[in-house]
Amino acid sequence: MRVPGYGLIDRDAPLKFRFDNDWVKGYAGDTVASALLAQGTRLMGRSFKYHRPRGPLTADSAEPNALITTHDGARRIPNVRATVQPAIHGLRTRSQNAWPSLGLDVLEVNDLAAPFLGAGFYYKTFMWPPKAWEKLYEPLIRRAAGLGALSGDPDPWRQEKAFAHCDLLVVGGGPAGLMAAREAAEAGADVILADEDEILGGRLTREAEAVDGRPGHAWAAETVAALRAMGVRVMPRTTVTGAYDGGTYGALERVSHHLADPHPDLPRDCFWRIAAKSCVLAAGALERHIAFPMNDRPGIMLGSAVRAYLRRWGVAPGHRIAIFTTSDDGHRTAADLRAAGIEVPAVIDPREDAPEGAIRGEVVGTSGRLGLTRIEIRPSGGGRRWIECDALAVSGGWNPTLHLTCHLGARPVWDETLATFVPRDGAVPGMTVAGAAAGLFSTAQALESGREAAQAALARIGRQHASTALPKADATPPRQIAPLDVRGPKGTRHRAWLDFQNDVTVKDVRQAAQENYASVEHMKRYTTQGMATDQGKTSNVAALAVLADATGRGIPETGTTTFRPPFSPVPISAMGAGATGAGFAPERLTTSDPAMRARGAPMIETGLWYRPGWFPQGDEDWRAACSREAAMVRTTVGVADVSTLGKIDIQGPGAAALLDFVYANSFSTLKEGRVRYGLMLREDGHVMDDGTTARLGPQHYVMTTTTAAADQVMRHLEFVTQCLRPDLDVALISTTEQWAQFSVAGPRARETVQSIVAEPVTDETFPFMACGPVTVAGTPGRLFRISFSGEHAYEIAVPSRYGAHLWRDLLARAEALGGGPYGMEALNVLRIEKGFITHSEITGRVTAFDIGMDRMISERKDCIGKAASRRPALLENREEMVGLRSLGGAPITAGAHLYREGDRPDAPNDQGYVTSPCWSPALGAHIALGFLRNGRSRHGEVVRMVDRVRGHQTRVEIVDPVQFDPKGGRARG
Amino acid sequence: MRLTCPLCGDRDRREFYYLGHETWLDRPAADAPPEAWDAYLHLRDNPCGPTRDLWQHEAGCGAWLVVSRDTATHEIASVELAR
Ligand SMILES: [Zn+2]
Repeated sequence: MRVPGYGLIDRDAPLKFRFDNDWVKGYAGDTVASALLAQGTRLMGRSFKYHRPRGPLTADSAEPNALITTHDGARRIPNVRATVQPAIHGLRTRSQNAWPSLGLDVLEVNDLAAPFLGAGFYYKTFMWPPKAWEKLYEPLIRRAAGLGALSGDPDPWRQEKAFAHCDLLVVGGGPAGLMAAREAAEAGADVILADEDEILGGRLTREAEAVDGRPGHAWAAETVAALRAMGVRVMPRTTVTGAYDGGTYGALERVSHHLADPHPDLPRDCFWRIAAKSCVLAAGALERHIAFPMNDRPGIMLGSAVRAYLRRWGVAPGHRIAIFTTSDDGHRTAADLRAAGIEVPAVIDPREDAPEGAIRGEVVGTSGRLGLTRIEIRPSGGGRRWIECDALAVSGGWNPTLHLTCHLGARPVWDETLATFVPRDGAVPGMTVAGAAAGLFSTAQALESGREAAQAALARIGRQHASTALPKADATPPRQIAPLDVRGPKGTRHRAWLDFQNDVTVKDVRQAAQENYASVEHMKRYTTQGMATDQGKTSNVAALAVLADATGRGIPETGTTTFRPPFSPVPISAMGAGATGAGFAPERLTTSDPAMRARGAPMIETGLWYRPGWFPQGDEDWRAACSREAAMVRTTVGVADVSTLGKIDIQGPGAAALLDFVYANSFSTLKEGRVRYGLMLREDGHVMDDGTTARLGPQHYVMTTTTAAADQVMRHLEFVTQCLRPDLDVALISTTEQWAQFSVAGPRARETVQSIVAEPVTDETFPFMACGPVTVAGTPGRLFRISFSGEHAYEIAVPSRYGAHLWRDLLARAEALGGGPYGMEALNVLRIEKGFITHSEITGRVTAFDIGMDRMISERKDCIGKAASRRPALLENREEMVGLRSLGGAPITAGAHLYREGDRPDAPNDQGYVTSPCWSPALGAHIALGFLRNGRSRHGEVVRMVDRVRGHQTRVEIVDPVQFDPKGGRARG
Repeated sequence: MRLTCPLCGDRDRREFYYLGHETWLDRPAADAPPEAWDAYLHLRDNPCGPTRDLWQHEAGCGAWLVVSRDTATHEIASVELAR
């Protein structure tokens, strides 16, 4: 029922939306819940376990009952709280967890079975047999006891995430938050003010409350306008969901939930990470329900919500609204309703000092299947009677919204006088709590504490404060008592709900205590109280009060469970916004990337890089293309982009000493204009990486790393230079992205290179392992005569801006000679044939000894990993690198294990494993690299390879890792 | 979590790489006994309370830092250049 003259809605802007099969009329400014209540709809959902009919309990984000699904198809959003979802013209909304309809739900029979479905029911009933849980019980329970479901389709909503920084973050835009923001803004601080609601003002938008002689909501609106003018970032519809270390806060902004036709570029939500130098928590308070028998019927609502529907939305949630209160607030509700001309048949207040006009007593029963029709009361003078009413406003006192103060592990403190938990001092470094969140429930206290909290925050970050004048407001906080547990009409315990979302009753909590789940954390898990999506905001304190009573320990000793982030649900899609599809990881592309893709090369991820697998011709499959490219390199010339290898430029008087220290072998002895292969160890004696390093000048080296370990090696070099050898005068910089580098390999490599390099390229000027500056098509570049294929080969480097051009040019020259490009597959075949290692071999548990390079560890100097590499366990009875050659023509497969012929192929008999297999066109055989126990002394032996994953086995011969051109004449010649 | 790099200022944790306890700074001499190397490579306390760890401002200036922090309260007492 709409109440004329009330509400902050725009009556000139009517709208319609759908709820199940009905069109619902509302106004701009309505929520789904307020519009439904205005047309008399109280039933908005079914409970999780018993499928009990439920209506809204609150008018805010703590709502446990009125959960709906909005939108259709893939855009469907489940579990939206109707109490915070703005009513939008044309919006499609549906009830959840009811079949065939909200009014007639077949699974309501669960409610009849309630005596058997109490606490621990799942644990006791569905324990045996264990296999049945996954296959039978869980799917069944999930279908019957449900929340709304996702569509199952990819999420088409745009989501966003963002970072923000400020001097002061104010959480909550009620009187305390507004005052705090004003004080800080006037002092010149950079302020963010975030509030869950569309309109700021907190309770001022929901109460008859004057500030400075004006309606509270008007004062709030003026203050917000003033704050915006001062540069405060005001963020409505933004819930601060978590407090984290170092003044970091998470916040969810609902960007377009309130728009009927949002711009396509707008995200649905934005998840903010806010780095705040200080914080004022002014999140207000949440009203408590009262545990009395059958307290869950649609029409039973918190008193604060009843007043909110009246003042904010001009809606009376009933025609005859009774009141049950253990706080002064109930009487405020009565006065508000009566002033609006709404009948209040009774105000029931059990307190001895209940104000005049109230019935001293308790509500002990209710009736009405799909909505409240009457309540049964038990006056303290004795007797019982029924009162007709279609709504009951319940006020059980206030709980400060102190959740954020607990996110770093602090527990709140029980305050006897206020009969509630209040935040612990200093719970979150940098945060001050103000207003109702601190247990200061009057508006005057809120304003004053908001100003003080801002002053404290400003002092902490070394700023002056402004001492803004305090507006006048009511200074009387409501008095309240500890949570009640009302017995049934005959003193029996009828069902009194605590946690509405998870259907946990007083009886369940008492049963948990009886079965010795007496700690609050155990009770929570046993009954599931507080474990629903609302995290028990309306039930935690009441539940632990029952537990405290049942165990006789008292509330402070019982304590609370831990509040953890998020304060209210955050879509994972918002936290991970952008990180889907191509946005999942950054992409690093080489300068030749477009040209390689244009040739149809499938691009393979290598870390963040994309590298070509092969360059298909005609209808070649990968294997045919790979074999052709490998043969091409062995017979004519091939070109490959090797720019992804890490390049580190090392300069300074200490450069040589640094390299001697980080490489197992010596580099100070390397002559200028020469390149040397280097093996790098970790301090624990295992291989970290390998690569070549060139000496370009007396104090100038260029190190190459593998593509995979480029970051790790750079970090390592920085650690060594900064922390272990600060005595060395040396500078490092990664130049991986600055140089485009191409390998030119094959018998006609020199011809190809010479055609584009100005300087003479001969065995005299560029012998094997030489390097030097050259002029490449008129541009200064570098030439290295190194080979990863075993062929006569070079790598040409030019500044990246010339990379695309050089790639095209080199390819044209190579193709004119009968050569062409080769990809990763062929590169891999060529290096396996030559026994060259990659990170397939140096996996992190492999030593220099294992790969036959322990003699590279120089005796003449110390180096990283030298001491540890001499541990006996790393030198004896090791799995050593070997070459493998298949006998009988079957392929060798990566990851397969090796066994002696005749042995059972099981773990105790394991002799080693395969790391890099391939078909070798040069050898006409399936070959591989692998590791075999004491393998270097077993060349010529035949072992059995067993691949359990692929169900494949074959006999392989152990051979030297270098299977092609063992003398190396091709690369040198 | 945030760290204040002495060179760059207050930055988000995501800019930093974590290595481990500052023990890594005290590399034994090349000829130190195996026990010293074992301790250096493998033996670490797992304190509930103050600790000093090595972090690198990898996505910033590249400086290696010693961060004094409390594993129980998460309080960060200081961030210094490692050397
Ligand atoms: Zn830095």
